Amino acid sequence: MEVTVQKAVLAIITDDPKKASGAPTFVVPDEPKRQHVARVLSRILQGQVHDLGDGMLIVVKH
Amino acid sequence: MTGLAMPPGSNGSFPHASAVGLGFLLGMLARVAMLRSDYRQYPTYPHGYASHLFLGGIAALVGAVAIPALLEREWTAVTFLVLVAQQFRGIRDMERKSLKALEDNELVPRGADYIEDMAKTFESRYYAVIFVSTVTSAGVEGVSVPGGLLLGALAFGFSALLMRKRRIGDIIEVKSGTPSFRGPELYVGDIFIMNVGLEESRRTIEEKGLGAILIPRDEDARDTLGSPGQRQAIVHDVQAILGVSKEPDTPEFSPVIKRDLETGRAGLFFVPMEKDEEPMLSVIRRVPVLESARRRGSRALAGRYAAD
Repeated sequence: MEVTVQKAVLAIITDDPKKASGAPTFVVPDEPKRQHVARVLSRILQGQVHDLGDGMLIVVKH
Repeated sequence: MTGLAMPPGSNGSFPHASAVGLGFLLGMLARVAMLRSDYRQYPTYPHGYASHLFLGGIAALVGAVAIPALLEREWTAVTFLVLVAQQFRGIRDMERKSLKALEDNELVPRGADYIEDMAKTFESRYYAVIFVSTVTSAGVEGVSVPGGLLLGALAFGFSALLMRKRRIGDIIEVKSGTPSFRGPELYVGDIFIMNVGLEESRRTIEEKGLGAILIPRDEDARDTLGSPGQRQAIVHDVQAILGVSKEPDTPEFSPVIKRDLETGRAGLFFVPMEKDEEPMLSVIRRVPVLESARRRGSRALAGRYAAD
């Protein structure tokens, strides 16, 4: 049986550290690099990436 | 008079032979006819088939022997037969456990509702077998051999009618819909599905994704479509037939159904292994309406008052 955390923000990838807190945050100012980091993180965490707008991406496990 | 040579020690012919034999035969035929693995890949061939045929044989025998035992006033036998018939309650548990054990490893799980529905169906098929073989054997005893066969066939027809499944296509209109994006938001037609943050995933969805729009034909259908168990069943079947182009690390390609609460319609989206729209639509139409999900609010008095 798999034990997992669901419906919680597992990681935040943003361009400005002031916009985010409370979850592991990765600050990546450059947009294409942000997409890359988000992609790798989501594959590792087996989560889905959501775009909150304003340069903020989150990874959530559903 | 020539006839079959009797083994030494037997006291003559077996008067109920045709009743038991035909009852058993028709019961087995009924079980075989109902043993449709179809596309749901369950029971798993060949071991599942073997165990269901074996149990079907027992059920057919129980039904076939019951009436002759009664006629011969063999009450002990009748008691045993009733006990055996009761054992078939265990079928539901057995099927449920078996299906649940597979759930964790499915890319797209069935959901508890669907499992329950399948388990109930399996159980009731055995009762149908007992019914058919009992009716056949009673018919042969009470009427004649052809009469028994006819009654058995009628019993099978009657059971099939009682147990027939409604399909989604009966209550919901299924049309194709195109997945499209407004920024990171995925829509099928004009129904919002979900937010997809990765550009790469958005591109994959645009190239390979398929969508459908489900339009309930009436209020009851609308409420049935609202049931998460029903939606999970649709999603599972679509994936089982068409294959889903995802791994556990790309959850965004899983089949998803989202409702538009204003109109009661729902949008379905997923990324299949083969992008082929018509098969997807026909799979959706053939998904069974789950008994637990099926809403018949219009049958209740309050439901009728609430109708708009």
